[in-house]
Amino acid sequence: MATERAGLPNAVTSEPIIEAAGLTRHFRIGGPLSRRFLHAVDDVDLVVRRNEIVALVGESGSGKSTVARLLARVYKPTRGEIVYHGRPLSAMTSRRDRLGYAGRVPMVFQDPYGSLSPVYRVSHGVIRALKLHRPELSSSEREQEAERILKSVGLQPPREFLNKYPHQLSGGQRQRIGFAQALACRPELILADEPVSMLDVSVRIGVLNLMADLRRTEGISFLYITHDIAGARYVADRIIVMYAGRIAESGPVEDVLANPKHPYTQLLLSAVPDPRAPISLPATSEVAEPPRVIDPGEGCRFRYRCPYAIERCSNETPLLRPLRPAHDAACHVAT
Amino acid sequence: MAIPIVTAQELVEPAEPRAGVLGAVASGLLSNRKALGGLAILGVFALVAIFAPLLAPYDPHSLAFDQLLGPSAQHLLGTTGNGQDIFSQLIWSTRESLLLAIVAGALATLASVLIGVTAAYLGGLWDHVLNLFTDVFLVIPTLPLMLVIAAYVQSHGVWTLIAVITITGWSYGARQLRSQALSLRNRDFLEAARVRGERTSYTIVFEVLPNMTSLIVAIFLGAALYAVLAAAGLQFLGLGDNNDLSWGTMLFWAEHNGALLAGAPLWVLAPGICIALLGGAFALINYAFDEVSNPALRAAKRAKA
Amino acid sequence: MIATKPILEIRDLVVEYRSEREPVRAVDRVSLDLAAGEFLGIVGESGCGKSTLLFAIARLLAPPAEIASGSIRFRGDDMVTMGDEDLRHIRWQNYSVVMQSAMNALNPVMTIGAQLSDAILAHRRMPQRDVRARSEEVMRLVGIDPVHLKSFPHQLSGGMRQRSMIAMALVFTPELVIMDEPTSALDVVAQRSLMLQIKELQRKIGFAAIFVTHDMSLVSHFSDRLAVMYAGQVMEVGPTQTVFAQPRHPYSSGLLSSFPSIKGERLPLQGIPGTPPELAHPPSGCRFHPRCPKVMPHCKTTEPRFHEREGVQVRCHLFDEGSPRNLGEASDFVGMNADGD
Repeated sequence: MATERAGLPNAVTSEPIIEAAGLTRHFRIGGPLSRRFLHAVDDVDLVVRRNEIVALVGESGSGKSTVARLLARVYKPTRGEIVYHGRPLSAMTSRRDRLGYAGRVPMVFQDPYGSLSPVYRVSHGVIRALKLHRPELSSSEREQEAERILKSVGLQPPREFLNKYPHQLSGGQRQRIGFAQALACRPELILADEPVSMLDVSVRIGVLNLMADLRRTEGISFLYITHDIAGARYVADRIIVMYAGRIAESGPVEDVLANPKHPYTQLLLSAVPDPRAPISLPATSEVAEPPRVIDPGEGCRFRYRCPYAIERCSNETPLLRPLRPAHDAACHVAT
Repeated sequence: MAIPIVTAQELVEPAEPRAGVLGAVASGLLSNRKALGGLAILGVFALVAIFAPLLAPYDPHSLAFDQLLGPSAQHLLGTTGNGQDIFSQLIWSTRESLLLAIVAGALATLASVLIGVTAAYLGGLWDHVLNLFTDVFLVIPTLPLMLVIAAYVQSHGVWTLIAVITITGWSYGARQLRSQALSLRNRDFLEAARVRGERTSYTIVFEVLPNMTSLIVAIFLGAALYAVLAAAGLQFLGLGDNNDLSWGTMLFWAEHNGALLAGAPLWVLAPGICIALLGGAFALINYAFDEVSNPALRAAKRAKA
Repeated sequence: MIATKPILEIRDLVVEYRSEREPVRAVDRVSLDLAAGEFLGIVGESGCGKSTLLFAIARLLAPPAEIASGSIRFRGDDMVTMGDEDLRHIRWQNYSVVMQSAMNALNPVMTIGAQLSDAILAHRRMPQRDVRARSEEVMRLVGIDPVHLKSFPHQLSGGMRQRSMIAMALVFTPELVIMDEPTSALDVVAQRSLMLQIKELQRKIGFAAIFVTHDMSLVSHFSDRLAVMYAGQVMEVGPTQTVFAQPRHPYSSGLLSSFPSIKGERLPLQGIPGTPPELAHPPSGCRFHPRCPKVMPHCKTTEPRFHEREGVQVRCHLFDEGSPRNLGEASDFVGMNADGD
């Protein structure tokens, strides 16, 4: 896989599937007359191109899941725009447009135990997806296609799996069905929202490998949302680190991990336990405050925990700026 | 690198193979004593209703007999004040009483489902409006409401009764259904349906409702029980069609003729016991259903064993 | 192997869940020792029985789970046969428990101070002033400003809530603290912070700790000894560094190679194919055999015994005398070894 990474075009050459500019989503909290807003996502610029896996990394409260839902059109952006192959999503309002987009950019969910309806056989979701997005198929063609898809996610023999109920499958198998449902639509980009966090450790690698293989054999891109940096490194080409609703740092995964520029990224990396690394240096004393996302105001949201914060950090929100080739960070202090 | 194959041998085999949720519930019910009792009673009544013409010894309307006879070989339960055979009346009445229970129960449940689930799913202003609507009906005392409606409406008949029972009986279930629908709303598989492009109407009917069958059945059983008692009550008060053959109207005529004082207690007891049995059957099945679908109740049973 | 007498000795412990059919064995003949002041990590995936084992040790099992046989000797007394009165005396004073999710274990409508006070007064009579003093002391010990005694759980961050739980567990400076995945609900940074804190407290107070987790990499830096459980049994147990440097059991080895690294070369990993078995119908012979890359015909029929290699106990046929396969060679799980390459 290391060699595959090396062969990929280094950024801007491949065509973008989806581009987000200034993506913002606020939620009103405290009732319909309240003036307080939760800034789940603020000013996010994002691009996912053909044939690439982008990891969106952050802790809970960072806004990464909200970004995924904005891209999946579950929420409408408060501000900003999402563009799909040049067409803004706000212009795609007809049922046909919406269905088409849903097929091209489907989502895989985190909870293997909740993502499949317990009253139907496992084939239900896959067949429904085929009915909706590939209406030209006849009933028997659909069955065949469903079997082909299950094979491609590694579930053999497919017919036996299709006839099972969700409670008869393990967590890892259910997640594969989740991917199968997404694949039924012939997607370009799969939004994977923490697909392995609820799986056993030994099963996770299998699903991550599945993602990498689907990219390699079917040319599908992934937006892999996770809080696990090690898993992100394993599977992604580019990484975007979010904190408190804003992007802290983004760039090629190896470069960001080897040269983290944003203090939050540095903190994250120092905290990741690595069994093979020697016992690491003690972390700086951590106040461990949750990020402030309710009416945060101007200034860097990480300043309360940042060992390098200067006065400017309280007054001016840092914007993403390039610090290395294709590697940006939003920090006043980073060089 | 080939995609690693997950073979069927690794399928998690369940301890008890079952064909889905419905199959499990059905098999659970059949092994539960309460359910069997309730189903048996229902079954007997259903058979009686169907085979009434064969089972009843006489024409129930026939006035040919002597009045107020005691129980005997010719008249198992005696005769009414008008000279009709009570036993035949009882058998024929099963039809209307059963019909009222099931149809009114079903319609009330349908109304509950429509209003409760729609409120949960539409959310926002609609939720508030429908909630208010439900609350109003919940709070109005049912008996006075039933009496007012039944007395006000000109035509008295089975359908009036069904309408009254439905109007007064849907609100309780709507509350519960709305709660469950709300909790389901955030489950991933519903989001998955939405994200793959399903229409809202499809999602509600084919994804939300099937996951609520347990509650819907329980509400139906409760509504049917309510219908049995409400119908009997209204008919007893003379608000049904008094010429109809049903247990409630039998009670009306018994009261009208002072049956107890006249020494014909069976005229009152027979339909009364039938009403109680039918209501009890629904209640038994409801309890059993609760036990089957709520594992917590089952575990408690075992711990005592 | 332990020089001084261990404070906890578990011998052939069996925990079963009564069910409609045969009872299910969640813990199958587990034996472990714990020395005073030692940090033991118990690692395993879902269904391996580690949490059940923990609850059994803490005598917190509720029906339908029950200890079917075996002994748990704490300071020489068998806790399995101990009466409720005696248990109450040692509970919290000599050993305490930290639960997995503070949000579930803490009462949301009581302040932290009130809950601490409850915990103290439940086990010892103390004047209110002393209760207050001890509460403040123990909060400072875990790094929380005592002003938070007046706070409700929802007003604290996840990390602080977990620390409050730990404060509660340490209020009588017990000899043994049992922890059930106390960090799993926290983010990576808070996790690290908490682990360092726990280690620091252990150094200061000197309690022995049993730490149950599914995250092998987390426990690797902090535990003295490590036990790997699978399907209700211990598969490998020994000094942490030794187990990590060279995992001998194929399951431990596979588990270790399921963690991608953020440093070093990026290599494809395989994890472990298949899924953990259902405890109602465990595989015959060695429970890991359906997923084991080094399986031998023998493994399907006979349960392996424990063998000792350099201080590590391994339950595997690979180490039987005269076993055809050699031990200690490059694992069939493609992954990295401890040197990171």
